[in-house]
Order: sequence, then structure tokens, then C-alpha cells
Amino acid sequence: MSIVTDERAPETTGETQIQNYTINFGPQHPAAHGVLRMVMELDGEIVERVDPHVGLLHRGTEKLIEYKTYLQALPYFDRLDYCSPLAMEHSYVLAIEKLLGLEVPLRAQYLRVFFAELTRICNHMLNIGSHVMDVGAMTPNLWVFEIREDCLNFFERASGARMHAAYYRPGGVHQDVPLKLLTDIAEWLDTRLPRLFEDAMSLVIDNRIFKQRNVDIAVVGKEDAIVWGFSGPMIRGSGIPWDLRRSQPYDVYDRMDFEIPVGTNGDCYDRFMVRVEEVRQSAKIMKQCLQQMPEGPIASLDRKVVPPRRGEMKHSMEALIHHFKLYTEGFHVPAGEVYVATESPKGEFGVYLVSDGSNKPYRCKIRPTAFSHLQAMDFMTKGHMLADATAILGAMDIVFGECDR
Amino acid sequence: MNHPAPKYASNEGVAEAIRAALGEVIVDLVEAVGEISVTVTPEALPDAMVKLRDDLAYQQLMEIAGVDYPARAERFEVCYHLLSLTKNHRIRVKVTTDEDTPVPSITHIWPVAGWLEREVYDMYGVVFSGNPDLRRILTDYGFKGHPQRKDFPLTGYVELRYSEEAKRVVYEPVKLAQDFRSFDFMSPWEGAAYVLPGDEKAKPEAPGAPSPVTAGGEKK
Repeated sequence: MSIVTDERAPETTGETQIQNYTINFGPQHPAAHGVLRMVMELDGEIVERVDPHVGLLHRGTEKLIEYKTYLQALPYFDRLDYCSPLAMEHSYVLAIEKLLGLEVPLRAQYLRVFFAELTRICNHMLNIGSHVMDVGAMTPNLWVFEIREDCLNFFERASGARMHAAYYRPGGVHQDVPLKLLTDIAEWLDTRLPRLFEDAMSLVIDNRIFKQRNVDIAVVGKEDAIVWGFSGPMIRGSGIPWDLRRSQPYDVYDRMDFEIPVGTNGDCYDRFMVRVEEVRQSAKIMKQCLQQMPEGPIASLDRKVVPPRRGEMKHSMEALIHHFKLYTEGFHVPAGEVYVATESPKGEFGVYLVSDGSNKPYRCKIRPTAFSHLQAMDFMTKGHMLADATAILGAMDIVFGECDR
Repeated sequence: MNHPAPKYASNEGVAEAIRAALGEVIVDLVEAVGEISVTVTPEALPDAMVKLRDDLAYQQLMEIAGVDYPARAERFEVCYHLLSLTKNHRIRVKVTTDEDTPVPSITHIWPVAGWLEREVYDMYGVVFSGNPDLRRILTDYGFKGHPQRKDFPLTGYVELRYSEEAKRVVYEPVKLAQDFRSFDFMSPWEGAAYVLPGDEKAKPEAPGAPSPVTAGGEKK
């Protein structure tokens, strides 16, 4: 490369005015994990300001739900965080059950906890895999996606759908699982999951490059994590042992024995390691579910909420009427309002449900986890290099189906 | 109630503590379905929030939700969901407002309120005075209207498509292939607002399903 200089030009070295410039990160950027547009103001390679523009995937879910019956609105929740669909349904069905004061059989509660934890493993596989790929590693991603594929096959065998399961229902779950599925998952938890997962993690956890890219990046202190409304692995990464499964147990989480990993520095590496440990704890919870799960009905027997089984409808007029009423008019939910939040793999996923006593929700506000996390992107990225933005985003675990609704 | 929803610390004594801390700014305090909702006057909201955070240890603001009740004089309700990490408890703080009256922003108390207020503004048109960055957030650039209002149609007013002629995205008024279908699901046995055809001939009965026997036991 040759440098052409103009003899008459004034000497500029050291005197030039370097201006900040603004770039668009996204909306079509592979490391943005979806459609995120970030307007970044850069000083050289240092990020000065980030303005995330969200809403590119806004589908008006909350508005649509107001026009559907309670049961028809359920599949919309799968499509919020499409990486952990069952965790989204969980908050919604619990909110309805709280308004109805509906008791749920024990087996259904175990099944829900069991599949919620499988969802957590499935979600963390995606996040861990894409996080390591964002900072340059390729192989672990392929390995953990093997695990994710297994999880999706299990969802398919339980519900018929790989991702959008619509498996949890107000009052229980949609259908019972075959015994073979449970034994297969038990075997998978003992053999394939630990082998693949620990293999993949052994490549990453002590890797020098991975640590250089993540340790001391975007350190968030305890106070910041609280005022920015963090939850889930984000608040635990900052060293606050807060887990809704433990502090505000729902379903049968109060019978489970598991540990809550916390970070010490509050950097991207800690957030990553919290997720890695959560996978192991989820496997532990799933094994306990398998040991303790009783036989019995898988949904409430209150026929004013839960439709009857197909076989029952063949010989019972009453069952046929219930089926017809539930799938046309739907059930009525007593007037009132609840805010129910569960520990989704990404953090506190809440549903604020306002009922006016009719068969449709009057208002269903969804509290996404990504909204408050992404809002902190500006203060977390400030002063870091442009390349760190992908690591920070990867450690936040953001999915836009949920963020934009 | 034996529902399996999340169980947090008991509400015992919380209502009294809130009454003592906030005093006369409380418009209404309701405990329903195991949750405490306290309505305060909009002017007193920031002070009330500071008291709730500092004196009653509700450290986290998790959510701000708007609700639209078109029949009311102050049609919008803004619901703040607070979480106490130390007491393991949740409460809901509400203010009511209309289209024009601004609600004081609480971004100086919780920075997370910035986007949450932007969302309520975007969806309902509630203005928050003091929010430094009150732009739309979820809807399109240049969107008109506030989609979560009950008088905003589900289909919206405009649709967009890529025009091959103009080589850009164009906005057009919504054209529906069939009318929007809205069914009346309310069953006539649970109090329909109209008289069913033929019912005007029968002599009126008390609401509820007609019973084949009278209270005395004899058949009708």
C-alpha cells in the first residue's frame, strides 16, 4: 500500500479532529439474536452510547389475546419466547388457576415442573451455544445443539409439537406422557446429557480466549442489578441469590432439592457460568420429579374448566355438552386481577391478567424478561469495545419474540 | 385456596404498614385474590414510591402495565408492580389518568421505568412528565394511534406491503377479505342483555336455569 501525500497539505498528525461516528448494529445481524437494531455511537472502537430500537417483531400479542377465549390465547405464549415455550405457558396457566382458585392434581404439577426444567435445559443450550459462537468458538455450539435436538424430540413425544407445544392447560396438562418417554428421558439424563454437555463445557470454561472475551466485561453490581429490574441469571450473576423457584415456589418446586448458583463479579463470564450450573441443577430437579411423580389424573376433574377425555364423550351426554361448551364459549373466569411471575430460563416472566368475569381476558399484560435487561445495554456497554457488544448481548439471553411481543 | 400459583410472604400487616407509610395519598387499598393493590393520587406517586422503596423495602420495580376502561371518567389505569427481595412480597401501585393529564415519571427512582413508561405511552397514549426519552418503543417508526386502547380496532388502520412498482414498502388502508367476526359467546342462561326470540310469551322467571320443580317440590 502506498501513501500519497500532498506536499502542500498542512501537517495534520496529532491535530486532526476525530469525530464520533454512529453505526447501526442490526436489524439483520447474526449476533443480535433476532431483529434488534442498535444505534451505536463509537469513538474509534470504544462504544460511547447505545440506543437499542426494539419492536421490529411486535405482533400485537396482548391485543390479540383480548379477542380470544382463555384457552385460545394459550398458544400465543409459545410464540413469545420460542426458545423456551413451556416456561411462557407456565405463568399464564398459573395466573388463570389463581383467579379461578383451581386445584391441580399432583401428577400434573410434577409433569409441569419436569417439562419446565427440560425447557430450561433446552433454552440454556441455545444460549450457551450461541454465546460461545458469538465470541468465536464453533465446536461447542454444534455439540450443545445435539442436546437441544434431543429436548425437542422429547417435547414432540409428549405434546406432538417440537417447539410450540401448547402442553400446559389451565387445570393441568393436555395429556399424559407414555412411560417409555419418561424412562428414555431418565436414561438421557444419566448418559447422553452429561457426556455431551460436560464435553462441550470442558472446551469453553477454562479456555483462554473465552475468558479474555468475557471476564470483566460489563460488570454489574448488586445495586445496579436491582434498580434496573434484573431477574433470573442476570441478577444471580451479580451475586444476589434470588430465584423465584425457591423464594416463591409454584407447582411442586417446594418439594425439590436444588441449589442456586450465584456469580461473584457480575461480569459476562459469571452470567455464563450461572447458566452452565443451572443446567446441572435442572437435570437434578428432573431426576427428583421422575422419582417422586405419582400416578393419577393429569388435569383437574372440574369439568367446568377442563374438557373431558375423548373416550368419556362417547358414552356420556354430560361430557359431550361440557366439551361443546368449553370449545365454543370457553370457561368464565371470575372478575379480578393477578400478577403471576415464574422463573423462566431468562428471568422473571410475569403475566398481569385482568378479568371482567367473561370468557375472554380483559387485559393480559406480559412482563418480558428481555425488556429490562436490554434497557441496561446502554450502561453495560459504555466504555467497552464494539466486539464486546456481542458478548454482552449473548450473556443477556434475549429473544425478540418475547421482548417485542 | 389450593391453586399452585407462586406463594410469597403473607399479606398480614402489609396493608396497615402501607396505610401508615403513605397516609392520605391513598385513594383506595384493595386486597383481592391474595394480592394487595393500592391506588394513590398521581401527584403523590413519586414520593409514595420512594417511601415504598426506602421504608417498606420494595426494592425492585418489575413491571408497569396500562389498562384501559373507556367507561370511566379517568379511563387509564397505570399499574406498577413492585417486588421486595428482602421481604419476598409483591404489591401493586395504581394511578388513574385520562388522555391529557400527565403522570409523573419515576425514572429518577428506578431507571428501568424508562422503557416501561415508554411502552405505556406507546400503547395507551398516557403521558409521563419528566421522562427524558418518551418516544414510541414497540410500534413502527411514524405509527399513529395507540393500539392497546379498547377503541383501537384489532386489525389497525393501515397495512403495509412491498410494492414492486415503487420499489419500496407502501402503507395502504386495511382491506379485509371478510368482515371482522366477533361472536357473542355469553350464554343466554347467564344473563343475556336481550330477550331471546319467543321468550316474551313466557312469564318471567328469576335469573338462572329454569327449574322443572318448584321450591315446594311439586312439578310445574
